[in-house]
Amino acid sequence: MKRLLLVLSLLCGLGLIAKAQSTVLLNAAGATFPYPIYSKWFNIYHQAHPNIQINYQSIGSGGGIRQLTAGTVDFGASDGPMTDEQIKDFQTKNGFGVLHFPTVLGAVVPTYNIPGVSTELNFTQKALAGIYLGSITKWNDPEIAKANPGVKLPNDDIVVVHRSDGSGTTYIFTDFLSKADDGWKNKVGRATSVNWPVGLGGKGNEGVSGLLKQTPDSIGYVELVYALQNNIAFGKLQNASGKFIKASLDSVTAAAAASAKDIPDDFRVSITNAPGPTAYPISSFTWLLIPEKIKDTAKRDAIKDFLKWMLTDGQNYNEGLSYAKLPKPVVAKELKAISKIQ
Amino acid sequence: MSTVASTIDQPPSPGTVRSFWSRLSQGDEVAHIVTLIFASAIILITSLLVYQLWINSVPSRHAFGWKFWFSSTWDPVSDDFGALPFIYGTIVTSAIALIIALPLGLAAAIFLSELAPRKISDVISFLIDLLAAVPSVIYGLLGIFIVVPLMRTMIGPTLKHTLGFLPFFRGPNYGVGMLTAGIVLTIMVVPFIISISREVLLTVPREQREAALGLGATRWEATWKVVVPWARAGVMGSVFLALARALGETMAVTMVIGNDPKISASIFAPGYTIAAVIANEFTEATGKVYLSALIELGLVLFLITFILNGLARLLIIATERGGGRGA
Repeated sequence: MKRLLLVLSLLCGLGLIAKAQSTVLLNAAGATFPYPIYSKWFNIYHQAHPNIQINYQSIGSGGGIRQLTAGTVDFGASDGPMTDEQIKDFQTKNGFGVLHFPTVLGAVVPTYNIPGVSTELNFTQKALAGIYLGSITKWNDPEIAKANPGVKLPNDDIVVVHRSDGSGTTYIFTDFLSKADDGWKNKVGRATSVNWPVGLGGKGNEGVSGLLKQTPDSIGYVELVYALQNNIAFGKLQNASGKFIKASLDSVTAAAAASAKDIPDDFRVSITNAPGPTAYPISSFTWLLIPEKIKDTAKRDAIKDFLKWMLTDGQNYNEGLSYAKLPKPVVAKELKAISKIQ
Repeated sequence: MSTVASTIDQPPSPGTVRSFWSRLSQGDEVAHIVTLIFASAIILITSLLVYQLWINSVPSRHAFGWKFWFSSTWDPVSDDFGALPFIYGTIVTSAIALIIALPLGLAAAIFLSELAPRKISDVISFLIDLLAAVPSVIYGLLGIFIVVPLMRTMIGPTLKHTLGFLPFFRGPNYGVGMLTAGIVLTIMVVPFIISISREVLLTVPREQREAALGLGATRWEATWKVVVPWARAGVMGSVFLALARALGETMAVTMVIGNDPKISASIFAPGYTIAAVIANEFTEATGKVYLSALIELGLVLFLITFILNGLARLLIIATERGGGRGA
């Protein structure tokens, strides 16, 4: 009887070990902007590899970086690259570094509600910065009018709308304005949330577009994905070559491709105001943040395999969800970087 | 030996102190311990809350000190933070809400408890209790789709036209702003005031009313001069419960206030509240000082609530001493 029990318990123990080895559960947290494509990827990847399950919480980029640094998640995700200070923080807490892997591209578009104006407006970089700095206050300001010949702009005050919640969208937008205008760079700067010189704050893309709908003569900015999926009209923006470009999946990928040769080895790069005649200027990568050293071999293999899949097959799912694909040279560079994970 | 055993075995005679174990077995002691644990848990949770807020706000408290309370800059880029615009927005929106909600709520409660037929009163009270339980995001939607357009097209222009000589009603009116937030908060807190005030008014002894009527008072005089003063402490309690909800409301406020940390005399202007900025910026706050400044804002909100509640207690004590209830 005793022997039987012993054998049974041994079998049970073995069974548990076998089960633990076969299922790899990865926890991740971070950016909300790429959440739709991430959850699709994790889901499809799980169907192809039933033993690997990735649980992603879209708690925001800041939260993702905090949890990754604290070691409560296996990897993180962020709409802005980690700062040098954050990387140092990670290094001192964990004893090794952290790697950035661009996953998809996002863009931010200017959108507006001017009664009587239904044409697509062109915005010069100076005009957009001036409006958000509060130095351009009327819709018929010469800086706006000169880029829109033939459009009858009203002599009304511009109501500026921005995001009230900290967000990657704001980071990309203010990063662009910092490059476009020195006044903005010195007075306001770039961050997920800034000290806005003028304007009303709306919570989330839906808050901004809600305020725009209700407020005549207003201007705001939303994510390209959000604008495309909700059929929100948006304006063209002057790029670094002086051309007015409408944001689209192609013009966003073009911005990434134009900056591809200058991408540093750690992939921490801003591609706003990228060179090239077809590049859309308010474009950005969004990143997965992977620890350099992963002790658990099963987890390490799973993450490496997922990254490889995401960079190749995974990219084909992007456009269905209105995310722009990574350009080929960037993918090639990232595939090489996967071997840095140890 | 045997004598000891026999005394223990004897059932406790009435009037003598029962042993600990027998009290335990009869439930008294169990109830005593369990309720004591729950009661002290409240103290424990409160002190833990303050402790956490205090510890986690260290970087911000060290960086800014008392300046945090009086500075009106909020700049995450250069790590410069001040709470004043948020304190201002929180207090102004709550004050607007209470100024509108108190007369409205008290009048409705008087109608329901003193004047309305019992059946109607019960039906309306049920609906009001239901309103008090509606999640705040629903009130936010109500604000966006009904109050904001009304504010821009009707309420705002009317106020400007009639009271525009006051600095509170000047400047551009976007539809969103502190007054709009105050109105949405009013809608949210009025059910509290009505519901509790009605209950309190109903507990006023019938003799009080009858005595007043017997002395020749009209029905309104009996209500206003006898019944309402008798229930004053309870009505005030309802007001301070309403205040607590208004101070801490997050979702509905952030949807309609404009989220702009500036101090403006005009109540048409956009503002910002403490609860709203914490909810908006916490997820993406990365820097140490930034994060701890948001936590210190939580501490500030806690202190404001604490101080206002203390003042409320004092006010109740003072008015009770002043007579009225004659207790």
